[in-house]
Amino acid sequence: MSKIAEGLLYSESHEWVKVDGNVAIVGVSDFAQEEMGDITYVDMPDIDDEVTAGDDFGALESVKTSSELVAPVSGKVIARNDELEDKPELINEDAYEAWIIKVEMSDKSELDALLNAAAYENIAK
Amino acid sequence: MGAFSYFPQTGEDIRVMLERIGAGSLEDLYADVPADFIYKGEYDLPSAMSEQQVRDFFEGLAAKNTRLKVFVGQGAYDHYVPAVIPYITSRSEFLTAYTPYQCEISQGTLRYIFEWQSMICRLTGLDCANASMYDGPTAAAEAVRMCVASTKKRNSVIVSARLLPHVIDTIRTYAKYAGINIVVTDKVAEEVAEGVLDLAGVIVPSINRFGVIESHLGLADLVHGMGALLVEYCDPSALAVVKSPAEWGADIAVGDGQSLGIPLCYGGPYVGFMACTSALMRKLPGRIVGQTVDASGKRCYVLTLQAREQHIRREKATSNICSNESLMALWCTVYLSLMGPEGMRQLNALCYEGAHYLHDALLATGKFEQVFDGEFLKEFCLKPLCNVEKLQQALLDAGFFAALQTEEGYVTFCVTEKHGREELDRIVEIVKSVN
Amino acid sequence: MKYYDKLIFELSKPGRTGYSLPSAGRQLPGGILWREAPLELPEVSEVDVVRHYTNLSQMNFGVDTGFYPLGSCTMKYNPKINEEIANMPAFTGLHPLQPEHTVRGALEVYAGMDKALVAITGMKHFTFLPCAGAHGELTGLMLMREYHMSRGDLARTKVIVPDSAHGTNPASAAVCGLDIVVVKSKEDGLVDVEALKPLLGPDIAGIMMTNPNTLGLFERDIKEIAELVHGCGGLLYYDGANMNPLLGVVRPGDMGFDIMHLNLHKTFSTPHGGGGPGSGPVGVADKVVPFLHIPHVSGFHGNFGIILRAYAYILMLGREHIKLAGKLATLGANYIKESLKDCYKLPIPTVCKHEFVFDGLLEPNGVSTLDVAKRLLDYGFHAPTIYFPLLFHQAIMIEPTETESLETLDAFIAVMRKIAEEAKADPEMLHAAPHNTPIGRPDETTAARQPVLKF
Repeated sequence: MSKIAEGLLYSESHEWVKVDGNVAIVGVSDFAQEEMGDITYVDMPDIDDEVTAGDDFGALESVKTSSELVAPVSGKVIARNDELEDKPELINEDAYEAWIIKVEMSDKSELDALLNAAAYENIAK
Repeated sequence: MGAFSYFPQTGEDIRVMLERIGAGSLEDLYADVPADFIYKGEYDLPSAMSEQQVRDFFEGLAAKNTRLKVFVGQGAYDHYVPAVIPYITSRSEFLTAYTPYQCEISQGTLRYIFEWQSMICRLTGLDCANASMYDGPTAAAEAVRMCVASTKKRNSVIVSARLLPHVIDTIRTYAKYAGINIVVTDKVAEEVAEGVLDLAGVIVPSINRFGVIESHLGLADLVHGMGALLVEYCDPSALAVVKSPAEWGADIAVGDGQSLGIPLCYGGPYVGFMACTSALMRKLPGRIVGQTVDASGKRCYVLTLQAREQHIRREKATSNICSNESLMALWCTVYLSLMGPEGMRQLNALCYEGAHYLHDALLATGKFEQVFDGEFLKEFCLKPLCNVEKLQQALLDAGFFAALQTEEGYVTFCVTEKHGREELDRIVEIVKSVN
Repeated sequence: MKYYDKLIFELSKPGRTGYSLPSAGRQLPGGILWREAPLELPEVSEVDVVRHYTNLSQMNFGVDTGFYPLGSCTMKYNPKINEEIANMPAFTGLHPLQPEHTVRGALEVYAGMDKALVAITGMKHFTFLPCAGAHGELTGLMLMREYHMSRGDLARTKVIVPDSAHGTNPASAAVCGLDIVVVKSKEDGLVDVEALKPLLGPDIAGIMMTNPNTLGLFERDIKEIAELVHGCGGLLYYDGANMNPLLGVVRPGDMGFDIMHLNLHKTFSTPHGGGGPGSGPVGVADKVVPFLHIPHVSGFHGNFGIILRAYAYILMLGREHIKLAGKLATLGANYIKESLKDCYKLPIPTVCKHEFVFDGLLEPNGVSTLDVAKRLLDYGFHAPTIYFPLLFHQAIMIEPTETESLETLDAFIAVMRKIAEEAKADPEMLHAAPHNTPIGRPDETTAARQPVLKF
């Protein structure tokens, strides 16, 4: 049974968002990392790249699969977790600690379309 | 029709198998196929031949080809093929294996691909190489796609007009359907400096189609300054002695492995190679072999970084390529193992010596003018002052394939280590006799 | 097979050499154009090279070693006469730019192969430039685009691909600049015609299909599908990867396909060479013939050496034996399927063509498809294709080909049954398989996380 962290917002494509003012911190859920197995690489955007809600912004890779990362919100990438470059396994170890990117949101109302922990629980099983 | 040597099933076997399946006849196995699609005609093929008849048939075709002494390069080089290579590559464990999906019983293939990757890195000076591409031209086309995929919102690639024509054609074909803007130019550095708006990459030859070794001094800085990538198209045999792509500052190197011990074979099969800097590693198309350990800690080799590939990534893969030309990569790997650093140096010195001897002797006949003053290795171009058709015919009549005409009307010659002084002198004699 | 540890680089000793060349009288000049870094290639003798690669070969499994039931790969026997012919100096010595009148024999090979493939497929003409199946797909899609462009029909930018398609189909479409629309399969594994209808329109360039599909099932609605796709102005592409069961039985051209490729290294018996070289000629129907010369997709004339081998195979088959080739392949697949369906889960029980798919063990007891595949290696068989198609989580895709005898199939069936018993008795042993191969299961995660790609 995968963990679902309270207080975060979730997308149906298994990304989580932690809202910090106008900044969205984005990662993937514990369910997503379990489905992937050992993550071998995280393909991340560069700082200053624009991401669009619903579009791919990167990908997770494991030995035999890959999974696109879908932006839960739109905006500009202001930080990326470079530690994942050498240690993608951090996502396997704690998916809610290992954030992937921070996005300066261009439209906070997009958050309304995301799910709370209780609603996400119905999807992540 | 009697038994056939490739089909081991006897009539009794077929009966037993049909019975297990619960089918009355072989035709019953196609009951789900609409009847009008079952082909009822006689196939318009020759009647089955015996093995000897097949051999005779091909010997008949072979007799219709003319064996010529080859003094043309242009992307296919007539180097000597050491006897060891076909001996090794015809071993059925290599020849009849599939792509090494089951690494526990494919360490042979995986190991030599790892060796090939290592040798390509050493020749190009770059950090990583893939398990190979179809041929040089397709490797160049894939490199162009890689430039666009690796740079953001950039869609133009400058292509040197001095690349071989079939390389440019292949690049153009791939680019056309992918919507990549290709600028073919004779003045690469000027074009880059002028500032193509969305420049993703630049591809230049190491040795150009006139045989001239190109200087790319300062080009990499210029290209990188524009935020683009530099690709060099190389003859890997020559890379043993000419400045490497890494030394010129290139990000990607591609080319055809044919010059490393693969027979001419009317153009294929050959093998493309592709190497790049470690920054671009995950953008490489095709198979890649990596080293790891097995459960008991033994060193072993596997196909790796597969999440880039079509069987996982489908339409988001770095390429649709599924093959790698493993067996041809083995030809090259065995070749480079035999030759070693000293053999490759000596081979190139022989080519250089022969090509310069012929070049100077041809100029001395007064039938040609020099058009390029750049340094060359084994291939060179001259401007003919005589009738080219007569020249070519006279050479053909004497058993030489030489003096191939370029689109500019120049003629090209290529001399390898296979060609002795006597043959070169003979060519010069023939040239002298042409008016 | 025995484990042998060395890389050729590790045998190197300065002063050794495996070449014999005349000595050069002239040294290379130096300067800016010339290499500065030393070239670090191995320095080994000829006997070192021969022993090293012979040892490597002994860690490899090929069709000549044993049965290779690799689904969708058509690992049939590679006849030896083909090799002799492809290695004839009168062919291997030809330069690709030689004048036509000096290569008459080679040109007759192309003409003869074109005629033979036209007869076998019902298409009109073939191009031999593509070097592999995926390369053929790409070429075929380029032809599809040329056809539409020539009619000023520029809006056709999408291609329909069934969810059961080979991964190369969507990848080739993407490389060709086309968007992919996926059509679902029904419960019975066939393309859902009702789901296809709403996808068709003026933006559809065509559909890519393999028939039989990757489940080994004949797409019996192909006639209706062809009518629908043609009706909307699209073309039908035939992925020839699964042509083998139709060899000598059904012609893609007769089913309404407009463009197709063949994998000479599958259907026409040329060796796979550990991943290549192959050859993927593309055939087209009448209306696409005018565009056949346009895509210049590879260097010279395609993989001539492979085309020679395939031609020799076709001449051996002749019009008589070809009629049995596909049928015997289908017979073998159905025989295995029926002989194992009480041990392995058979999601689609109908008659198959050249291949079929199990969805893992009937009583898995924690034993995965990967475990079964690895255990097969211990018994001297290559594994089937696993975890493809993606429609089934524990997919085991088996394709025997017509060149395997009843005894070989029975031996394979017996081992598959034995593994099913082992799964019940000792699942741990299967998790750790293989046990008798030169190496055990590799650490693929570390290989991908910290790639070591060169010596």
